Amino acid sequence: MNEVTKIDGIGSSVRRTEDKKFLTGKGRYTDDINRPGQVQAYFLRSDVAHAEIKSIDTKAAQSAPGVVGVFTGADIAVDKVGGPICGWVVPCRDGSSTKEPPHPLLAQGKVRFVGDAVAVVVAETMEQAKSAAELIDVDYNELTPVVDFVNADKGAQIHEEVPNNCYFDWELGDEGATNKAIERAAKVVKLSVRNNRLVPNAMEPRSALAEYDSLDESYTLHTTSQNPHLTRLVLAAFMFAIPESKLRVIAPDVGGGFGSKIYVYIEEAVCVWASKKIGRPVKWTADRTQAFLTDCHGRDHVNDVQLALDENNKIIGLRVDTVCNLGAYLSAFSVVVPTILHGTLLSGQYDIPAIYTNVKGMATNTVNVDAYRGAGRPEATYLLERTMETAAKEVGMDPAEFRRINFIPKDAFPYQTQVALQYDIGDYEPHLDKAMEMIDYSNFEKRRAEAAKRGMYRGIGMSSYIEACGLAPSAVVGALGGRVGQWESASVRVNPTGTISVFTGSHSHGQGHATTFAQIVADKLGIPMENVEVIHGDTDKTPFGMGSYGSRSLASGGSAISKAVDKIINKSKKIAAHLLEASEDDIDFKDGKFVVGGTDKEKAFGEIALAAYVPHNYPLETLEPGLEENAFYDPTNFVFPSGTHIAEVEIDPATGVVEVVDWAACDDFGNLVNPMIVEGQVHGGIAQGIGQALLEDAHYDENGQLLTASYMDYCMPRADDLPSFKVGYTNTPCTHNDLGVKGCGEAGAIASPPALINAVIDALSPLGVTDMSMPATPQKVWKAIQESQSVAAE
Amino acid sequence: MYSTKYIKPNSTSEALEAIKSMGEGKFLAGGMTLIPTLKQRLASPDGLVDISGCDLDSISDEVDAIKIGAMTKHASVGESGLVKKAIPALAKLADGIGDRQVRNRGTLGGSVANNDPSACYPSAVLALKAIVHTNTRSIEADEFFTGMFETLLEENEIIEAISFSKPAKANYVKFPNPASRYAMVGVFVAQFNDGVRVAVTGAGEGGVFRHAEMEAALSSNYNADALSALEISSEGLISDLHASPEYRANLIKEMTKRAVV
Ligand SMILES: Cc1cc2nc3c(=O)[nH]c(=O)nc-3n(C[C@H](O)[C@H](O)[C@H](O)COP(=O)(O)OP(=O)(O)OC[C@H]3O[C@@H](n4cnc5c(N)ncnc54)[C@H](O)[C@@H]3O)c2cc1C
Repeated sequence: MNEVTKIDGIGSSVRRTEDKKFLTGKGRYTDDINRPGQVQAYFLRSDVAHAEIKSIDTKAAQSAPGVVGVFTGADIAVDKVGGPICGWVVPCRDGSSTKEPPHPLLAQGKVRFVGDAVAVVVAETMEQAKSAAELIDVDYNELTPVVDFVNADKGAQIHEEVPNNCYFDWELGDEGATNKAIERAAKVVKLSVRNNRLVPNAMEPRSALAEYDSLDESYTLHTTSQNPHLTRLVLAAFMFAIPESKLRVIAPDVGGGFGSKIYVYIEEAVCVWASKKIGRPVKWTADRTQAFLTDCHGRDHVNDVQLALDENNKIIGLRVDTVCNLGAYLSAFSVVVPTILHGTLLSGQYDIPAIYTNVKGMATNTVNVDAYRGAGRPEATYLLERTMETAAKEVGMDPAEFRRINFIPKDAFPYQTQVALQYDIGDYEPHLDKAMEMIDYSNFEKRRAEAAKRGMYRGIGMSSYIEACGLAPSAVVGALGGRVGQWESASVRVNPTGTISVFTGSHSHGQGHATTFAQIVADKLGIPMENVEVIHGDTDKTPFGMGSYGSRSLASGGSAISKAVDKIINKSKKIAAHLLEASEDDIDFKDGKFVVGGTDKEKAFGEIALAAYVPHNYPLETLEPGLEENAFYDPTNFVFPSGTHIAEVEIDPATGVVEVVDWAACDDFGNLVNPMIVEGQVHGGIAQGIGQALLEDAHYDENGQLLTASYMDYCMPRADDLPSFKVGYTNTPCTHNDLGVKGCGEAGAIASPPALINAVIDALSPLGVTDMSMPATPQKVWKAIQESQSVAAE
Repeated sequence: MYSTKYIKPNSTSEALEAIKSMGEGKFLAGGMTLIPTLKQRLASPDGLVDISGCDLDSISDEVDAIKIGAMTKHASVGESGLVKKAIPALAKLADGIGDRQVRNRGTLGGSVANNDPSACYPSAVLALKAIVHTNTRSIEADEFFTGMFETLLEENEIIEAISFSKPAKANYVKFPNPASRYAMVGVFVAQFNDGVRVAVTGAGEGGVFRHAEMEAALSSNYNADALSALEISSEGLISDLHASPEYRANLIKEMTKRAVV
């Protein structure tokens, strides 16, 4: 008998191999890297939200101690360096396109938000750069700031190119059919919701270190990026007009992104530019205040919803009119998030025969708004699941039953929604049933009564969400206005001793790819996981790839790896056939061994690898030596995870404090490669959703000053804000990728806010409360209770 | 941070000498407030006099009071057997400040000298009829706090210790600001033979204050029910993103009720 090697393959909860270095403080982040001769950059930022720059006097700063250079927008203009670009645009209702105003690297003539970069000081030390920046005299002619995005069309015009401060006015769906459904409906449920503005708050602030090599006229940029190849493409092709080969971008360990590190920001571009200008490596690292002021924020929508029901409480139409805040400049994916990633999700898990949506994207004097964990889908899920709950209450049905009668039936897949997407597979009742069981839904009223005896209001709320991740296929993405492909790449190199190096175009900034991807390879090749090394994040090492966002890494990146491994197996079979003097068709590959069917003749995978690199006995006439394969995988569709989350809360009426006392999450992510990592992603996502629903709120005052610019006022979720989560799964494997996987990175953040707010409203429903905006802070909840009591007293 | 001088003397007198030699010097205690202020360039003292080597961190029993050195860390007060026995509410207060890291650096003297309107300690000083001992005098609590971030301390006057009177009964209940977890409203209630003192922090525009009506009500009946009929005025209370004056007024009553057990 052959000795059986233990394989930590697909489906096993292997501990994350990357955690040792992170937990022992050995991670190597951009700011940990230093280059000889390095200087520090510090950005002087506007402290007013909207103003013309009358003049900038940098004389005193130029001669301050340690200063190597002081530059303004004028210097950038002389060198004709372009600004960040918008990666996706949409058509407008009037036939025009998205308005794309320029975004200069350093302000030219105007500042448009508090934090807009006006000048950069480069000095020997950061403290010297800061001191010198204080000597720069900027004379502003202040303009009226536009902060309220709902009325931004009436405010002062921010960009010449953007009339009425409206970047786009987009629509999707059949307006006529939808309005007709609303007219003939037995009941129309109306709701207006706001999706509060969030600051991403990755643990590691953004950082960049750029170096110019004058000998071969090339740059190296270390930066906090979720997609180094895209960063290289944008910098090389659109900003600096240099060949990609002259710029190497490395995103080493990255401490969280949540979307905020997808885009190319002006700071990293300025560092690249300055590194040549000065001839020394230039480093910049944001402090927390700069992160609050200049990282792209998330969400910030207002949605007006009308849900039409027939006499049997079946949904016959849905209309959603949305206004969203995109901030001062158009960030890379700011346009796609509230449109394609939001409007197309409005059917949720429901069979809705008519849907129409209109979205207006507004410019304001606040920092740019772009993708943040979930990106568009949390906003869609929130408005839909809040409306479902409200509708159920209004028609007097149990919210679960109301959802159930409106679910897309199991046998209706593939299901074409009225908002472009075609769901390949799903089965929604099982996760609803299981989540209800997990939280003991049927006994809830007993718990409510028991809580009431203690003077507490207890409530329960659910959310059945759909999520579309792994944006695809590229042709459709292009037709919808996307300017990039949406495939992923992998290169699998078998080393002569049979160990494997996997080069992936995906990027891990906390997701655990080094573990998950290695499991896939180990499983497919039947070798130990320790023999597989995963390399990512360096444009000089990895093939061109799209990076990680939108829960795409496993479905797209993992599938590319799987394809490349299939090619390795195919070639190995040829080598094995030669070595075993058999026909290729007779070779079976199983448990890491190539066996001639029906015999005991076999070759281990390691022997094949060695033969490929030491081809002394090898079919060189028909087969190249070596064992290394590439794959570029362009998925044929999105993947569609779904699930039901149920939250249970208790509210203290004396203080308004909401305590999350129980949580059941039942998700369908398709096949799970590493259930432990998946569970971690679910926990993290729910924590962020609880943050949005109860705690977090980015607040600008009427002058455009960010009042919540530190942790003294911006409330992040902490461990003691969270309950112990009950996590469960159902599984309908994805039909169009080899691994049968979907995506799990954003689901928790998508599902949780409406479940929680529904629970809060349910708890207060005995008082007549029917609405609650996010975040449901103690003060807000207390006020709602007071007001309901004063109404009752009248 | 602007560059500045740093000195670490071995006694209070050396510290005073050092600070007098500077144009505008600052005592550095735990640095939990001062260092962030310097880092954000909101202050630019000529020098820092670190008083952690000046032997100001002892806790002693003075029969009617517990005397705590200014440099005693919040963690030490929270753990102190002496404090836990004589004034458990004070140990509880110290244990509820910030997080473990802050409690292991932040000091009693720093907190009281700073008189942040959301800080916890000032309420204990006021409710426990404390005496603030400085290098030149002893100041009664009722005189010491003069407004938000303001105290009676003169330039270069150093707090050496604070004596807290032992109450018959006391309690501190804090409603944390959801973001910072400083007190959005903190109430220290102390019962003495001659009456009850109620000090409120986190809520007043003038910083920590005593609540005369609640003191009167509780002095005649030390029971949460004694507060039920009281209408707490929202006048003079802080209004910010997290709480309106009305909400703070509600919390003052509610936290006081919870403190009276
Ligand atoms: C994250 C965080 C959370 C916190 N949470 C809370 C909380 O929940 N509740 C709370 O009450 N506090 C809280 N604090 C504040 C904490 O209690 C600090 O101890 C307090 O801010 C100052 O104490 P320090 O010893 O650090 O003083 P420092 O920062 O060193 O000094 C503060 C000021 O006092 C002066 N000073 C210091 N010692 C003396 C002295 N002996 N005589 C005269 N002047 C002196 C200094 O010159 C300076 O001006 C928190 C702080 C942080 C950073």
